Amino acid sequence: MTATLPSATATSGSTKADRPGRRGGRRFPWAPWLLLTPSVVLLAVMVGYPTIKMIVTSFTDEAIRNKMLGTAPNFVGFDNYLEIFTQSDFPAVLARSIALMVILTALITAGGMLLALLMRRLSKGWRTAVSISLLLAWAMPPLAATVVFGWMFDTKYGVANYILNVLTRSNDWTDHQWLYNPFSFFMVLILIVTWQGIPFAAFTFYAGLGQVPDEVLEASQLDGAGGFQRFRFIVMPYLSSVVTAVLVLETIWNLRIFTQVYALQQRGGLVSETNVLPTYIFRQGMGEFGVTAAIGVIMLILLMALSYFNVRRTLKEEAL
Amino acid sequence: MTTQLSPALAAGAASPVDSIETKRPKGRGRTFRPRNVWTRVALNSIAAIVIACSVFPVYWMVNMSFTPPQKIISREPAFFPVEFTWKNYVTAWTREAAPGQTDFVHGLGASIGVALAVVVVCALFAFLASIALARFAFKGRWVFIISVLIVQMVPGEAMMYTTFNMLDSWQLVNTLFGLFLVHLASVVPFTIWTLRGFVAGVPADLEEAAQIDGCTKAQAFWKVTFPLLAPGLVSTGIFAFIQSWNEFTMALLLLQGYNLTLPPWLNSFQSATEATNWGAVMAGSTLIALPVVIFFLFVQGRMVGGLVSGAVKG
Repeated sequence: MTATLPSATATSGSTKADRPGRRGGRRFPWAPWLLLTPSVVLLAVMVGYPTIKMIVTSFTDEAIRNKMLGTAPNFVGFDNYLEIFTQSDFPAVLARSIALMVILTALITAGGMLLALLMRRLSKGWRTAVSISLLLAWAMPPLAATVVFGWMFDTKYGVANYILNVLTRSNDWTDHQWLYNPFSFFMVLILIVTWQGIPFAAFTFYAGLGQVPDEVLEASQLDGAGGFQRFRFIVMPYLSSVVTAVLVLETIWNLRIFTQVYALQQRGGLVSETNVLPTYIFRQGMGEFGVTAAIGVIMLILLMALSYFNVRRTLKEEAL
Repeated sequence: MTTQLSPALAAGAASPVDSIETKRPKGRGRTFRPRNVWTRVALNSIAAIVIACSVFPVYWMVNMSFTPPQKIISREPAFFPVEFTWKNYVTAWTREAAPGQTDFVHGLGASIGVALAVVVVCALFAFLASIALARFAFKGRWVFIISVLIVQMVPGEAMMYTTFNMLDSWQLVNTLFGLFLVHLASVVPFTIWTLRGFVAGVPADLEEAAQIDGCTKAQAFWKVTFPLLAPGLVSTGIFAFIQSWNEFTMALLLLQGYNLTLPPWLNSFQSATEATNWGAVMAGSTLIALPVVIFFLFVQGRMVGGLVSGAVKG
């Protein structure tokens, strides 16, 4: 398979080949910078500049009228930050976002681990079937997946209500409104995101489990370790770096969730009760850019703090 | 912006389906197949439930897309497309998402155009940068590597309006070029990072050997290193394509009217309030999901590795 070569080399590459020698550097000392120029310019303009601009804007009262009239905004210090924390529903949105992130990350990591353990114990045929079905869920574009789930939980014609009616042998679920109630809105949302998120965690853990040596497991079994003990004291230490990696990435991704929340809100959720950070920013609209920027800065700080662990972990593992 | 798949994709080891089996070193991670029949039955039943749960929503989408509209609006949903029809696909393909908005065909053109441009330009930019990082020792290399890692984590959602205003001042709002720039910037850091691993994985000694055999430096690179990088370019390219194809937030914010790409098209199509044609919406969703599913099957072998390669070794 074509996948084998780069994977093998990419894994072991960091030891020798990754430390570039002096070659090429002597005759053309500017060559690396020439090669980097397109990317540096692009990222400076499209990421660096907006980041700085947003931070600056967050300390001003810039609004749509400044754009219309062409006047310069005034510097207002921390007023925007004070305003969002004291006079808006931003604290609630922030709390909701973080709670959602914690729940999703926990569910996806735990579910992924259970599935990976299950896949290890299946015969080849079953495992392939499970893998392909997980791949299908993973591959669905998030918007398409949300549209489908939205329809499955439709009030009138949703298959969810139909199945629940059949299972409970009642008509209790006829016209049950899933999305109108914020609590069940989030249940549906969590279902969608977990459904799509578990495959990645499961595949990653599955690959990680392959690294646990058999002898150690057998030895511990002979010493009388039970299933849970073996998992906790033998498997987990081998897996800890993979688990950390998945946890960090899931935390970041789940805090940035936009598509699923927005599309479900379109299907009949109460926007004010179901906003998370990205949809909240989106729905600020073209009014007060200063306030919106302040919200953006808070989200940026939050994600940067989480990313710190990711950056440190990556650098350590790549042993550059 | 970068959604669920991001850094995991591309580059690296472990196919969940097959190559794990062949590549695993002996004596490690053999599967533990329980000997007890009842345990096996129990595990297989759980596996069957997992398969059913993962597949059902996708099946439901396809099923609905082949069901006639009047049958979809029914209190007893049809679990199989008994009255099979292609009509939904025709509707989805031709009807405007909402009055004054693009139809599927133009959305498809816009999506493919943006995604392909992103793939080509991103591959070029990242390829050059990754060579600089993997083949040259220079001052500032560290700074650049750390910057790439940080930039990769900057949430585009946080500054959507700053980006919007910036593009607005360049007259690029509601143009596909503006969306292309946004998508490009969001995939380039990850692609640099991944390709760097691929370039570093091709030993420079190989190139030197070719040079000793009489190749020029450029020849040695094109004839020896470049072909070995092809798989890396393909998988990062597919990653960039999927990212751009799925990206919704900025497309929703930037595009209007007849310029929509497929995700905002689907969004308008499903929320067109009076009598949404759900069969056609499901047909549209199926059509949007199809290329991504195909690409996933293509690169499945390389999807988990990127992240795992760093974390698992040893």
